[in-house]
Amino acid sequence: MAFRRGGDTLEKLELIYKGAEAYLFKSTFLDTDVIVKYRLPKPYRDPLLDRRIRRDRTILEARIIARVKELGVPVPALYMVDPEKAIIIMEYIHGIRLKELINHANISTIETYVREVGRSIGIMHSAGIVHGDLTTSNIIVKEGTPYIIDFGLAQYSDELEDKGVDIHLFLRSLESTHPRFVDRLFKAFMKGYEEIVGSRGKESILEKVREIRMRGRYVEERRLRKQ
Amino acid sequence: MIILGIESTAHTFGVGIVRDKDPFILADVRANYIPKEGGIHPREASRFFATKAHEVIKQALEQARISINDINAIAVALGPGLGPCLRVGATIARALASFFNKPLVPVNHSVAHVEIGLKLTGARDPVIVYLAGGNTMIIAFNDKRYRVFGETLDIALGNLIDVFAREVGLAPPYVRKGVHVVDECADKGSKLLDLPYIVKGQDVSFSGLLTAALKHYKTGKYRLEDICYTLREIAYSMVVEVSERALAHTSKNEVLLVGGVAASRRLQEKFKLMAKIYDASVHVVPPRYAVDNGVMIAWTGLLAYKHGVVIPVEKAVVRQRWRLDEVEIPWRS
Repeated sequence: MAFRRGGDTLEKLELIYKGAEAYLFKSTFLDTDVIVKYRLPKPYRDPLLDRRIRRDRTILEARIIARVKELGVPVPALYMVDPEKAIIIMEYIHGIRLKELINHANISTIETYVREVGRSIGIMHSAGIVHGDLTTSNIIVKEGTPYIIDFGLAQYSDELEDKGVDIHLFLRSLESTHPRFVDRLFKAFMKGYEEIVGSRGKESILEKVREIRMRGRYVEERRLRKQ
Repeated sequence: MIILGIESTAHTFGVGIVRDKDPFILADVRANYIPKEGGIHPREASRFFATKAHEVIKQALEQARISINDINAIAVALGPGLGPCLRVGATIARALASFFNKPLVPVNHSVAHVEIGLKLTGARDPVIVYLAGGNTMIIAFNDKRYRVFGETLDIALGNLIDVFAREVGLAPPYVRKGVHVVDECADKGSKLLDLPYIVKGQDVSFSGLLTAALKHYKTGKYRLEDICYTLREIAYSMVVEVSERALAHTSKNEVLLVGGVAASRRLQEKFKLMAKIYDASVHVVPPRYAVDNGVMIAWTGLLAYKHGVVIPVEKAVVRQRWRLDEVEIPWRS
């Protein structure tokens, strides 16, 4: 491996996910299971531009994970960041994705988790951080705690628009994974969110989500479920 | 079956006549409005169209060696586009349809760009990258419609390079010998400057890049060639990156470039480098049909008409913001 460091420190890299932007490997690092996220160089970009983008995104992702953890939101721990090699080594969360859990656990348990996720997102949004890809695949439940993962598209933003997109994406993923309980689960999510941002914060974001859904892009999602 | 199609969404008034067997193009006549200065002025363009329309239609019928009676239906681009321009085409189409008692077929201009690209390149089920003066979209067909995977959050790619070219005095003309003036200038640059690269999820944003590039130019500290090089590298890479996400996400194995900006050689090279990673092929609509034309409207109208898509004359109103993902595509379902 091109980015193996310190002899055998990073062992048995096992490719577990091939994304367009990055590969994820499972490995062990200092005797713990870790995820190694490697942002791939792109042959179609000017080499200097490519290095700059991969470095900047690696730094941004690591900073945001660190900041969100500081805020008390359950996220993977950071173990190592190498901006020049575009690598982040972080905690492997042993758990089950909410997307899979949603079809197996009982609905009131799921409601508890989703409300917790709502709180987490409320905390992030209040701190001016948006996730950018909030779906039920990016939430892993470990020992009863929902962890938020994959901050690859996260940004610092205080724009209501960006925050609205987070909520909209989450609602959309609920609709596609668990259409029967969308209303209940979204209500639980917003309850958790409201606990952090207050009722006015909740109303303004819901207004924004409605507006986003009215746009042509989401022609089939124009109906925002009644609260 | 023979269809006459009318295009008038922006600067081209075009009439195409097509039939349902190859060679399918019977006529292709265009009148292009070229502004004396600045960008397109919708009112002036529409006046120009109104004076040219009858000639263009007459020439098209002559080229096809048919009379209007031989035509099965009239297709017209009802949107998206500039209101005054669209209204000229729509008015003429409604008049032809009612006077000669022909069915009227509504065509979405963006869908037409896609359909002519598919027809002329033979691509089967590609990720479609639609790059033009007013549009920047990454599209793929899924479940009855063309779906938008990513798009610009503000200005279009074509608009970015045209406005930049105009503001720094490279244009008009915007295109020389088939090469955009910004592309031509960028070929002489090599130094990457610090301009913003903005990709948000599946979407791109170009307005910050335009502002920053113009600011760099105004300081007088940088070579214009290097600014052009950086602007091009960043803008094209952004589009290729979001297209790559769509390709990886949909697992399709073809990429199709359509719209006026698709003609850029450097852009095509970048797409080929990206597609190679996925063993995908890159198809590019021929330059003559990358820009607005009546043939693409007629061809899409033919596909639609064969599947029973018609519109009563009184309902055929223009839709300036008609999105391609609102259109059902029965001929691909």
